[in-house]
Amino acid sequence: MSSRIAVAVTVNGQAISAFVEPRTSLADFLRNDLGLTGTHLGCEMGVCGACLVLLDGKAVHACLMYAVQADGQTVQTVEGLSESRAIADIQQVFHERNALQCGFCTSGMLVTAHEFLSKCQDPSRAEIRDALSGNYCRCTGYEAIVDAIAETARGRADRAGIPSQAEQAAKSDAEETPS
Amino acid sequence: MKARAFEYVRASSLQDAFEAFARVSGDCCYLAGGQSLVPSLSLRLQAPAMLIDISRIDELRGITLADDMLRIGALTRHAEMLTSPEIARHAPLLQLAAPHVAHPAIRNRGTIGGAIALADPAAEFPAVTLALDAEFEIAGPEGLRRVRAEGFFKGLYETALEPGEILTAIRIPPFRAGDRAVFDELARRRGDYAIVGAGIQGRVAGDRIESLRIAFLSVGPAPIRARHAEAAVAGHALSPAVIAGAQAALERDLDPAEDPQTSPAMRLHLARVLLGRLLGRLGEHPACKGAHA
Ligand SMILES: Cc1cc2nc3c(=O)[nH]c(=O)nc-3n(C[C@H](O)[C@H](O)[C@H](O)COP(=O)(O)OP(=O)(O)OC[C@H]3O[C@@H](n4cnc5c(N)ncnc54)[C@H](O)[C@@H]3O)c2cc1C
Ligand code: FES
Ligand code: FES
Repeated sequence: MSSRIAVAVTVNGQAISAFVEPRTSLADFLRNDLGLTGTHLGCEMGVCGACLVLLDGKAVHACLMYAVQADGQTVQTVEGLSESRAIADIQQVFHERNALQCGFCTSGMLVTAHEFLSKCQDPSRAEIRDALSGNYCRCTGYEAIVDAIAETARGRADRAGIPSQAEQAAKSDAEETPS
Repeated sequence: MKARAFEYVRASSLQDAFEAFARVSGDCCYLAGGQSLVPSLSLRLQAPAMLIDISRIDELRGITLADDMLRIGALTRHAEMLTSPEIARHAPLLQLAAPHVAHPAIRNRGTIGGAIALADPAAEFPAVTLALDAEFEIAGPEGLRRVRAEGFFKGLYETALEPGEILTAIRIPPFRAGDRAVFDELARRRGDYAIVGAGIQGRVAGDRIESLRIAFLSVGPAPIRARHAEAAVAGHALSPAVIAGAQAALERDLDPAEDPQTSPAMRLHLARVLLGRLLGRLGEHPACKGAHA
């Protein structure tokens, strides 16, 4: 057996020091050692997206890295994002839109949606589908998830007073059309 | 499934990595982004005694323009191909290919060095480096050497890298005025490995394509240049007849193998469709417009 290695990592704002076996995935470390079971494990090979977390602010698969690789870095799981209310509006709309049924894929969907919406404020449905290409859902058929992300984006833009692309286009059409 | 137990060493320099490699007599793997290696260990396709983490070696980082070559450090992540202004300006073909590489979260971790070293026949970047006439900078205990992309990809997951060597950077002749780059692929879903894909970089002179390099992925054990198709286009304006000639010539360039989902004939057909689309786009370059008039 290989010896355990010291890891220092900040998880959801909390500094954690632990000794881990090198082969322990970040996902297993979060779930088994820290009890953060919101990070789900489906395929354990990077295909389903259930295990997504933020590493130094970027979405990554917790099944595709070992806990030792996260040494010195910052991890946010769905629990942390939920408690900080960073994704409160996405969660609310997922609920309203029935964007989850069994909920297995949801933590990964939320992490993807969070990163995507931080980069793309006014996405088209095609862009949303593209962003979700690495997240499998076996229940919803995706339509409600795309709806929820589109609605969250609109809600955020409304609150910030930014007109959507569609609204801008309608406005410029109206201006160009002599009445 | 879980990986078999292994020792883990984090190398802080190339020298460090080579020493660790020698210590376990090569029963080890270098770990970069881990997006191919980790699943392979989980599936127990590989079970090395040690992983040598090279992801924190500074010498493998950075994108710089020097000696009229763009040098892209091996640890440059796929996601950076989409956001780096240097890539956009000096190697736009890489930027065009990047959205087709896996999914956003995998692009956040996967490195170009890992993709080149792995040489998956369905990977986008190896084919792109062929179209770009790139060369690779390779470090070993004895020092640095350079190998052109042309001679690097030898077969299925087989490259010119010797055991223990580390790919340090990719060097690319920068994009110049008159150059034109196009990339596309046919895949069942965005992010899936392509059924067939291709990248083209061409140089336009007047209304003609002066020269071009066409590289295909997913049509054989290694990425491949379509030299007969190139010859059918070079020196000509991109008329429908020239494009049809290039599509016909592909038969002499590509020899796809039988696979359970796609017959060789279908793959060749799809390669022709793709080539037609890409050459059409290459011809949309303002300088080529005359060809259609
Ligand atoms: C679900 C899924 C879908 C994917 N889809 C695609 C796709 O569509 N297209 C695509 O191109 N890729 C795809 N990938 C693979 C991904 O792009 C990988 O990131 C890439 O192939 C390897 O890069 P890495 O940095 O993760 O390398 P690692 O996984 O760390 O290493 C891969 C191999 O290269 C060696 N290696 C790494 N870096 C070096 C170096 N600098 N010098 C010498 N050897 C080195 C390692 O020892 C190992 O053998 C996919 C992966 C997954 C999990
Ligand atoms: S468990 Fe990580 S992608 Fe499926
Ligand atoms: S809600 Fe069940 S997998 Fe998505």
